[in-house]
Amino acid sequence: MASRFPFKASLRPDTTGMKLKEMVNNFPFKTLFISILAWLVALIIFFPIYWMILTAFKTEIDAFNTPPLFFNFDATLENFGIVQQRSDYLKFFSNSVMVAGGSTLIAMVVAVPAVWSMAFHPTRRTKGVLMWMLSTKMLPPVGVLVPIYLLLKNAGLLDTLTGLIIIMTLINLPILIWMLFTYFKEVPPDILEASRMDGAHAWQEIIFILLPLALPGMVSSALLIIILAWNEAFWTLNLTASDAAPLTAFIASYSSPEGLFWAKLSAASTMAIAPIMVLGWFCQRQLVRGLTFGAVK
Amino acid sequence: MSEIVLTNIKKSFGGDEEVLRGIDLHIKEGEFLVLLGPSGCGKTTLLRLIAGLDTATSGDIQIGGARVNHIPAAKRGLAMVFQSYALYPHMTVRGNLAFGLRLAKVPQAEIAKRVEQVARTLEITQLLDRKPRALSGGQRQRVAIGRAIARNPIAFLFDEPLSNLDAALRVQMRLELARLHHRLKTTMIYVTHDQMEAMTLADRIVVMHAGVIQQVGRAMDLYQHPVNRFVAEFIGSPKMNLFPCQGHIDGNRTRVNLANKVQLSLQVKRKKRNGEIATLGIRPEHLNPTAARAGDCQGVIKVVEQLGDNTYLYVDVDGLGLVNMRVSPMKNYVIDDPIGISFDGDFCHLFAANGASLRANDAGPG
Repeated sequence: MASRFPFKASLRPDTTGMKLKEMVNNFPFKTLFISILAWLVALIIFFPIYWMILTAFKTEIDAFNTPPLFFNFDATLENFGIVQQRSDYLKFFSNSVMVAGGSTLIAMVVAVPAVWSMAFHPTRRTKGVLMWMLSTKMLPPVGVLVPIYLLLKNAGLLDTLTGLIIIMTLINLPILIWMLFTYFKEVPPDILEASRMDGAHAWQEIIFILLPLALPGMVSSALLIIILAWNEAFWTLNLTASDAAPLTAFIASYSSPEGLFWAKLSAASTMAIAPIMVLGWFCQRQLVRGLTFGAVK
Repeated sequence: MSEIVLTNIKKSFGGDEEVLRGIDLHIKEGEFLVLLGPSGCGKTTLLRLIAGLDTATSGDIQIGGARVNHIPAAKRGLAMVFQSYALYPHMTVRGNLAFGLRLAKVPQAEIAKRVEQVARTLEITQLLDRKPRALSGGQRQRVAIGRAIARNPIAFLFDEPLSNLDAALRVQMRLELARLHHRLKTTMIYVTHDQMEAMTLADRIVVMHAGVIQQVGRAMDLYQHPVNRFVAEFIGSPKMNLFPCQGHIDGNRTRVNLANKVQLSLQVKRKKRNGEIATLGIRPEHLNPTAARAGDCQGVIKVVEQLGDNTYLYVDVDGLGLVNMRVSPMKNYVIDDPIGISFDGDFCHLFAANGASLRANDAGPG
């Protein structure tokens, strides 16, 4: 019995003839193993970011050095200076804020009533509609690049914030709707019905009852959508040139035909991702809840 | 004017199966009406249609003389108490009670006064500043009822409001609901599957089964004169004994042949419908114990249930199965003893093959 069910066996105080597997399952070993593994994975994931930040403080020559320099180089801030001189960081930054914030806000305004109706007043086709929305995320974006480019061009919206916000809203709307759908589903419909019996119209029901109850979920969804919009590069690079170019275009401008400037590219990248990293750092709890929602109840 | 009239209400949720199959009901002003039936009989669906939370597939709903089919729940002026209480978890008790009044744009001072008054009525004044999660089940129930009262509705709708409470609390809340109705004199429609609640609270009970109203009447009407087998079996605890039989009603005397050659001669006092009898029903209290070789039939005691005020015997009668009878708690009955049973002919219910009572129009005994 003990050998057939090592997990159960390890819970017993009697540990005579303990096998390695059982020892691993024992509390201190298990924790240690998992900790080491977690740190390893975290370091691997974090390494590119670390390397980018490190490179941002090197000279261009140090940045190309083989073998790579980890600590023994002279840190310099000149890359940041050159980058700021060559391009107006604040303009890209404000474009990014406008696109990420604006598209998230509009997507939220559209998604909330849409999800309310799908979660609480489903029809036979609701599931189909949801699946259809998800399916749009399965298409490679490049497949619709030409039509969307032409649409924006004909509408005079190429390289405008308006055009970019519209596109960003549309590409993130399916994700937002799916996320909000799971959150809204957690709100007992009885409570909404009670508010209706209390005399609430649809809007009052949504604003006074549903939104306060779903607020944590909405905040984490919004954060995720902001991050997705902030980091989105395919559409921002293809649909903007200068006027509406956000930070992704700012980074890309340093991988130029004249050659790669690793240090400056890294400095630009560091400047571009810093705001979103700070935001992410402060909103860790909401984000984790958003990503693992429903897994633990 | 708060009478509620339902005319030929039908409801199906997609598909072909009808949950409600033509409900006609007239709920009088100030009445305490209970919708009673087993789960899945359509009683909650009917309540939700009245509330406006669902729409009927066909038929008319009138409240106070006005047709409300297409008026949304928010504008029907009804209040509902949910089985799950459905309090607003992000608001205090005070906020919960005031929510409906705030939506109705009642002045602040008046809201405060009304909330105080309701809280005093339900003895929840000390809970006003708590959130629902800090309340016990019984307290939540009170708040849910308070929220309904605060709005001063045309009628109250209760959807199995006591089923989440423990037995002792349920009896207490049942009493309070009865007192509340007596004081407010507002129309109340109450859905339950618990016949004790139905019989103690209702002015009238509507027994439903499979989307059809089986019988409407006062508790004692249903108990004494069930119109069909379903009502006969559903009302009364323990259940009525039902025996397959053959017989024919003809004139004032009726002879009934039960299985195992038990023959009963029944005296039928008043007019009844003539017809073939397929089932005979008799309640446990209308079977009397006799000496082992006497009575209409004989059997062996299999189970003795002593409840204190009553004792119930389950007697195995050859051909009839287990027969449940009520006996005096003062006498001692022993398992495996033989016993005789005599039927009280006046209290026999006779049903045709389709389940309809053959004495439906009979004022009957007692």
